[in-house]
Amino acid sequence: MTILEADIWRALQSVMDPEIPVISVVEMGIVREVEVTPEGVTVTMTPTFSGCPALDVMRRDIESAVRGLGVESVTVRTVLNPAWSTERISDPGREKLRRFGLAPPPRHDGDVTVTFFEPVACPRCGSTNTSLRNAFGPTLCRMIWYCNECQDAFEQFKAL
Amino acid sequence: MTATLDPVVAAALAERLLAMADDELILAHRNSEWTGHSPILEEDIAFSNIALDEMGHAAIWYGLREQLTNEDPDRLVFFRDAGDYRNVQMVELPKGDWAFSMLRQYLFDAAERVSLAHLTAGSYRPLAEAAAKIQTEEIYHLRHTGLWLRRLGLGTEESHGRMQAALDVLWPYARQLFVRLPGDEVLFDNGIFSDMALLQREWEDAVRPYLAECELTIPEEALPRRDIPRTEHTESLMALLAEMQAVARTDPMAKW
Repeated sequence: MTILEADIWRALQSVMDPEIPVISVVEMGIVREVEVTPEGVTVTMTPTFSGCPALDVMRRDIESAVRGLGVESVTVRTVLNPAWSTERISDPGREKLRRFGLAPPPRHDGDVTVTFFEPVACPRCGSTNTSLRNAFGPTLCRMIWYCNECQDAFEQFKAL
Repeated sequence: MTATLDPVVAAALAERLLAMADDELILAHRNSEWTGHSPILEEDIAFSNIALDEMGHAAIWYGLREQLTNEDPDRLVFFRDAGDYRNVQMVELPKGDWAFSMLRQYLFDAAERVSLAHLTAGSYRPLAEAAAKIQTEEIYHLRHTGLWLRRLGLGTEESHGRMQAALDVLWPYARQLFVRLPGDEVLFDNGIFSDMALLQREWEDAVRPYLAECELTIPEEALPRRDIPRTEHTESLMALLAEMQAVARTDPMAKW
């Protein structure tokens, strides 16, 4: 059986972010490159938040997903350049975040400070009558907001 | 993958990376002592996140050192004694009150902001790339601790008094962040890192006016203090390491 790059990408589409299990490592923009050679498969990934405890889990999950296709030699390589940014999260990925109850990160074109004063829409009711409660949250990638319409808290994926 | 370096340059860089990593690790550990004990829940969450970020950054610096020396970061962290740590004394001091911990993190963040900007322009690509990555996360730290300085500095008499007392203690310690390591000149000559005196100037240019804005007064330093080398530590570091390393040393062969 010949494994094609497309097969690998398809398999990786089923590897979910362990902390947000509705979005895949591909939709997150964590997988940067897939290379198939006669010697084996190399997947290049890039870390999201440096201190994220889910990184090792993702590395293992990526490896076992590729092995699951019958590939014996799998290398998962990590690169830091260019640095991961929430700009890499795909549009379908953003929609999945919202349906999961996490407001997607604002678009910023490379400078996150421009997002600091932007109103964020509540993922439940869509209202922008919301206020930031905490620039940090239950995981490194989340901020805590409050929706004044729902009168309840919600989380946003933090722009990076 | 790793650019090849002259052995003298590699040795100097390994020492600088160890200093950077140890600073982040020890500060992260100190900050994590607030987890479950912060004044309010929101801050518990925020400061625990900041501690975890710094731990992640330490792992990156140790990892870059590993590429040069083949030393396992876990061994470095859990099996080195205080005398072999290369962090500044500022980060090992006990966590103090909230004002003390916020100010320490602010002074450190402000220094990191300056050094990261220089590192990203450096000639050793793995280091420049790592610095660029870390820079994106640090934006949130400085913003957070900066706000706390304003809040407490411009708050009540009590909060202002505590912040001022913290500054009186921390200011002389902060200078150690910019003390040269013996190999730094080699890094400077090779365009890997900038001169410490320049970093200190840029740091003071940012920090002095901001502290003034928060109505905090920089303490007078009557005598020129000697430059404390990173090989010297306070007793606080031994106590911290005893706690941090206890589990790993109980069974050095244990699998995690």
